[in-house]
Amino acid sequence: MLPAELLEEGQHLMAVCNSCRYCEGFCAVWQAMETRTVFDEKDLNYLSNLCHNCSECYYSCQYSPPHEFAINPPKTFAKLRVYTYELYAWPGPMAKAFHKNGIKVTMLTVLILVAVMTCASFVLGGQLFMTVHDGNFYKIVPHAVMSIAFAVVGTFSALALLLGFLRFWRNVGESYSTLAKPGALATAAKDIFTLVNLDNGGDGCSYPTEKSSEALKWFHHVTFYGFLSCFIATTLGAFYYFVLGQHGPPAFTSLPVIFGTVGGIGLIVGPIGLWVLMQRRNEEIVDKSQNGMDLSFIFLLVAISISGLLLLVLRQSAAMGSLLLIHLSFVMTLFLTMPYGRFVHGIYRSGALLKWSLERSRQPKAKPAA
Amino acid sequence: MINDLSGFDVLVVGGGNAGLAAALSAREGGAKVLLLESAPQWFRAGNSRHTRDLRCMHDAPTPVMSGAYTEDEFYKDVLSVTQGKTNEHLARMTIRASTECTAWMGSYGVRFQKALGGTLQLGRTNAFFLGGGKAMMNAYYDAAERVGIHVVYNAEVVALSVTDGAFQSVTALIEGKSTTVSAKAVVVASGGFESNLEWLKEAWGPMAENFLIRGTPYNKGKVLKCLLDLGLESISDAKEGHMVAIDGRSPKFDGGIVTRLDCVSLGIVVNNKGERFYDEGEDFWPKRYAIWGRLVAEQPDQVGYSFIDSKTMGKFMPTLFPPHRANTIGELAQALKLPVGQVEATIKAYNDAVQPGTFNHETLDDCKTTGLKPAKSHWALKIDKPPYYAYPLRPGLTFTYLGLMVNDRAMALMKGGDRTKNIFAAGEIMAGNILGMGYAAGIGVTIGTVFGRIAGREAAMQALHPTSASVVVPEVALHAAS
Repeated sequence: MLPAELLEEGQHLMAVCNSCRYCEGFCAVWQAMETRTVFDEKDLNYLSNLCHNCSECYYSCQYSPPHEFAINPPKTFAKLRVYTYELYAWPGPMAKAFHKNGIKVTMLTVLILVAVMTCASFVLGGQLFMTVHDGNFYKIVPHAVMSIAFAVVGTFSALALLLGFLRFWRNVGESYSTLAKPGALATAAKDIFTLVNLDNGGDGCSYPTEKSSEALKWFHHVTFYGFLSCFIATTLGAFYYFVLGQHGPPAFTSLPVIFGTVGGIGLIVGPIGLWVLMQRRNEEIVDKSQNGMDLSFIFLLVAISISGLLLLVLRQSAAMGSLLLIHLSFVMTLFLTMPYGRFVHGIYRSGALLKWSLERSRQPKAKPAA
Repeated sequence: MINDLSGFDVLVVGGGNAGLAAALSAREGGAKVLLLESAPQWFRAGNSRHTRDLRCMHDAPTPVMSGAYTEDEFYKDVLSVTQGKTNEHLARMTIRASTECTAWMGSYGVRFQKALGGTLQLGRTNAFFLGGGKAMMNAYYDAAERVGIHVVYNAEVVALSVTDGAFQSVTALIEGKSTTVSAKAVVVASGGFESNLEWLKEAWGPMAENFLIRGTPYNKGKVLKCLLDLGLESISDAKEGHMVAIDGRSPKFDGGIVTRLDCVSLGIVVNNKGERFYDEGEDFWPKRYAIWGRLVAEQPDQVGYSFIDSKTMGKFMPTLFPPHRANTIGELAQALKLPVGQVEATIKAYNDAVQPGTFNHETLDDCKTTGLKPAKSHWALKIDKPPYYAYPLRPGLTFTYLGLMVNDRAMALMKGGDRTKNIFAAGEIMAGNILGMGYAAGIGVTIGTVFGRIAGREAAMQALHPTSASVVVPEVALHAAS
């Protein structure tokens, strides 16, 4: 259940904003709000995930604190969002993972790392530090072990994310049949890939501080496309192995290595950039209880990328075995925590953008002004 | 922290739209500019913080306004809202200069919504700030910092020293400490006196106690009063201003736009005796909301109650406060502590007088009453479908028009029409020159921007080149002939 005081805070926010509407030029949240007069929990769940946290509205607001109406849209939406992450989590009891998420993810990271290294020491002994001259990872961890482990965990996480998405979709009042509208999907994809809601027509937004900046958009792009690039690299690697039958380590000039390297660099630059912005952001608009969730997610992405790039460079050295296990431990933790950490924002925000795209297509065409 | 406040060429009093336009213009003219703002930083910018748009003449569509809005149409609108109480020369000058406003504001970082984005039907005549007035003022203040204008907050000007029409200095309470600040020229852009309850009571009598002030609590009118006492010529009247009927539950000050209630023309309005007092359907609400403040102010205890039923619920802009609601008129009247029998009788008499018609809130439709006093001429539907809803109304004062008489160089005039030497006025403190009464959406920001720019330019000229300033620029027509 949404805590009563948070529901009230969200409804107060909407009452003020919907009778003001000065922010309607900023982003999708306000345009979606204007099509509503009643704000139930499901509306708040939708709108809070539609919010990209650009904070333009906060600085433009004549009713933000210390005004007696004291509204703070970015902060209220942030608080609502984390509640929706709990609401949609699958399986249900995993909702608890979002409480003190940073500590839990960190503990899991350490646990997996220790467990993997301990097991490897027992199984491999001195072999862990042997030099594999062709850089073949599978001499350390057999391919079957690696692929089965990640296939199982990956499938579970993908399923959890999918079910979370469907729970969101039903909760905000959509039916499964509305998922497959090509036009709406295309518009939503454009909004997702361009982050148009963080842009204001090229002006950027008010994050990390009031001054207009495009930093959030670009660091998010670098992170997002870095992630995508790594995903492509992994998929290509699997394709090379299973379809093309190339069982050796891919060449430095091969597509999986190129995509992985580019993506890895993106996943170092992007998340560190986002971390720097976090240090500079205005604390007034932040739900500080979520800092741990952000930091642990950023840490994992950067740790995976650094260990992965080191692994590439040092794959013919004696450090390869340990680096590989460290890298795989981080990746395993990420896979396990994707449905229960900051990663889910992408799932629900994409869902919210798809719903917004559908809502726009359902609206009667606006009459041009006389 | 009080830095050295000496050595400035131009002093601007008041940090709203007009003040910033003046400060930036004076800086363009090469002057060293000091701006004193009475509010703390968050509450800066007076009523400009609550604005949303400005009205601009344009002969063809612009990126931020559709269609055309010609000088003549604009002037006709001014004549219509002021019922002729305007200075045609100043009004037309303002209208013509309004064509440059959005580009000039844009050059200082003010952003506008695209032409079709407006909520209201004002996309043709008015340009809307992206994010509203506070966003506009944030951009201005950032620009002021960039170009080196010295801004001091919590600096309330309480007195001015003027000798033979020449400004000498001001006395300001800066962080509560009395400080004398002199400059070669001054622009007063300190607004009206709407938040000065004592002055309002002087003008309106005890009823002013019950007015709500929609705008800033910082417009006390101290600068205006001081200058009028020093023998400057006034314009308009202390009772003139923009007063609308707003939700009676709004805060005493600073409620702004969200206090708006748009349901009056959809139902009926009674006073606290349970009686109707004016034709709620006389004309479109945007053309009538400005008179309803006064109508409610004239009722006992300065309250009114708008009653509607389920048929019209939701056909107007959402309200900040939820309506009172009940399944019978009697229960609703009781909840509002109104005389139940009289309210029931009023609504029965109204319902009996309603004629059949085709309801259309977008036109002056044929739904009206017959034989009822006062009549309801349009949108008269029976109030008969429960649940019933009611909103309390109170007069909401936005700004006042009593001000300083100026010429077309924004120069304040002495009684009798002589020019002051270095005192310029912009914004609400002189808006009465153009708006003797009435209001048209967005025109306040237009006057503030146009006169702010002129005042800043002229003040810089006066401060830096006093001889040429008074000789070179010929003074065209003066003030209202009336």
